[in-house]
Amino acid sequence: MYKIKSAKQKAFHIVLAAVMLLIVAITVYPVWFSLINSFENASEIEKNGFALIWTRRFTLESWEAVLGNSKIITAFLVTLARTVIVTVLQTLITSMFSYGFSKSCLAGKGFYKAIGFLSMYLNGGVIAYFILFNALHIYDSFWVYILPCLFGGFYNVIIYTANFKAIPEALFESAKLDGAGEPTVFFRIVFPLSKPVIGALALFTAVSMWNDYTGTLYFTKTSELQTISYYTLSLIKSSQLASNLASTMSTSSTSSLVTTLSEAAAGYKTIELASMVLSALPLIIIYPFAQKTFEKGMMVGSVKG
Amino acid sequence: MNKTRGIKGNTKMQLQLHLMMLPGTILLLLFSILPLFGLLLAFKNYKVTEGFAGVFTSPWYGFQNFKIIFGNHDFLRMLENTLGINLIGNTLNILGAIVFALFINEIANHRLKGFVQTATYMPHFVSWVVFGGIVNVLLSSDGALNMILMSLGWIDKPVSFMGDPKLFWGIAIASNFLKELGWSTILYTAAISGVDQELYEAADLDGASRGQKMWYITLPSIKSTVVIMVIFAVAGIMNNNFDQIYVLQNSFNLEKSEVIDTYIFKTGLQQLQFGIAAAVNIFKSAIALALLLAANKISTKLTDSGLF
Repeated sequence: MYKIKSAKQKAFHIVLAAVMLLIVAITVYPVWFSLINSFENASEIEKNGFALIWTRRFTLESWEAVLGNSKIITAFLVTLARTVIVTVLQTLITSMFSYGFSKSCLAGKGFYKAIGFLSMYLNGGVIAYFILFNALHIYDSFWVYILPCLFGGFYNVIIYTANFKAIPEALFESAKLDGAGEPTVFFRIVFPLSKPVIGALALFTAVSMWNDYTGTLYFTKTSELQTISYYTLSLIKSSQLASNLASTMSTSSTSSLVTTLSEAAAGYKTIELASMVLSALPLIIIYPFAQKTFEKGMMVGSVKG
Repeated sequence: MNKTRGIKGNTKMQLQLHLMMLPGTILLLLFSILPLFGLLLAFKNYKVTEGFAGVFTSPWYGFQNFKIIFGNHDFLRMLENTLGINLIGNTLNILGAIVFALFINEIANHRLKGFVQTATYMPHFVSWVVFGGIVNVLLSSDGALNMILMSLGWIDKPVSFMGDPKLFWGIAIASNFLKELGWSTILYTAAISGVDQELYEAADLDGASRGQKMWYITLPSIKSTVVIMVIFAVAGIMNNNFDQIYVLQNSFNLEKSEVIDTYIFKTGLQQLQFGIAAAVNIFKSAIALALLLAANKISTKLTDSGLF
């Protein structure tokens, strides 16, 4: 801690604190804005515009509409299932691979290195995936959310490997003298000792799976397969259209259609906001608890750099 | 078991290790290496109906796909959008993160420091659908920004921020800046916390000002982190954040919001012109790889710290 010495120092710290709190307010405000307006009465918004600080006429209407919508509930469950399955299996498969890769005595290491680095620097592109998924018959099925995501990528292998190598060799040796095979050593010794890095990378995986919408956009057609992110995206896209339409029309005419359209747009917006909040909710709930893990994960990643 | 084990390991151990690596290896080959056939498509006249085998049996097309792209005026405009948004955006992001990290480090109260970090990291984890959706609502013609500007009397009728192509770059750059500002300080903060405190005490004895300590002690300590960030930014200059751009894009701002990645998606998956999309992808990957190697080489020469 710095010792605060003079009045000049004190003034600096007050100004600094004020500026920092202002930055916090600006970065957090968008999320706050959507939360309060998801509880706002639609006709109030139509009359006086969006609430800026606090909800004026509190209503659960939008939330009832969202939670009563079976499509959103399905999307939520699909996303949840995908996130849990991929996070668990990807962590297991990638960390096991990395354990083998971390052994200096591994035969054929050059092969693994070659395919690993090739996968990091070259990419067949979305078209290749489209053709491949069709050939594998996983296009437009739940499997397209799972199978291609089960390997965590070579960046994660590098991070795991750096961590596994830091475990003292002596710990393995004593276990092996007792006759333990490699899988036992991995699950009994390496896995428990590497909880921080495994936890951090698993959390990153979970977040990216939860937030992903390109998987749905690129590789599915059936509406039952929509994820919560994709569903929210489609709400955003149609309200963009509605409000752009309303603003183009209002410049040319003042028909009652415009009012109806903008009223509908306002009601639509609160539902859209509620769905956005719902989609971000799991993250906002776990975030305060997981923040230290995320931070650690970033540090773990930087070891390599 | 009383077999003696050599340092090199025996066959049983090798077998176990390879078996543990097997699921990962299969997935890597199937979903990372095999799709590299997509690079072939750029030089072929491939039709969707030809299926997987058609990738190899379809007729060669030479550089025809590339000729089509470079003859297309839209392509140059997209390249300009991609490079413009990335160049300005990345520069501002890196500078902003460095300045923000330096000032976070100056906060004397630990609880305030922790609070500022926690709060500003948060938007990084919110998806672009949600964050971009909020940007859309805030900037819509009846949105909060228009309300505030109107009540201040700065404008007399609502501005269609999202519908104006001229504003798109600014919106994309600013929203990404806001979302990533906190999180991108994290590596700098880590590097700064590793600085020997005695250096600051010695500087205090010499009567160094706060600015001098920042410039001569803190900034040099994060130099290698900055170099790595710059290398990554240079290598990623052709990659727009599809998740972000696609959410913010609409038919009115398309002129300034169409970037390489959204173009690949549209020509490839919506119009099924696979050859063209694949050619754009190769063009993009080749430039990215060349830039990565060049940036790494230059930084190794200049600062002795590179990526590899």
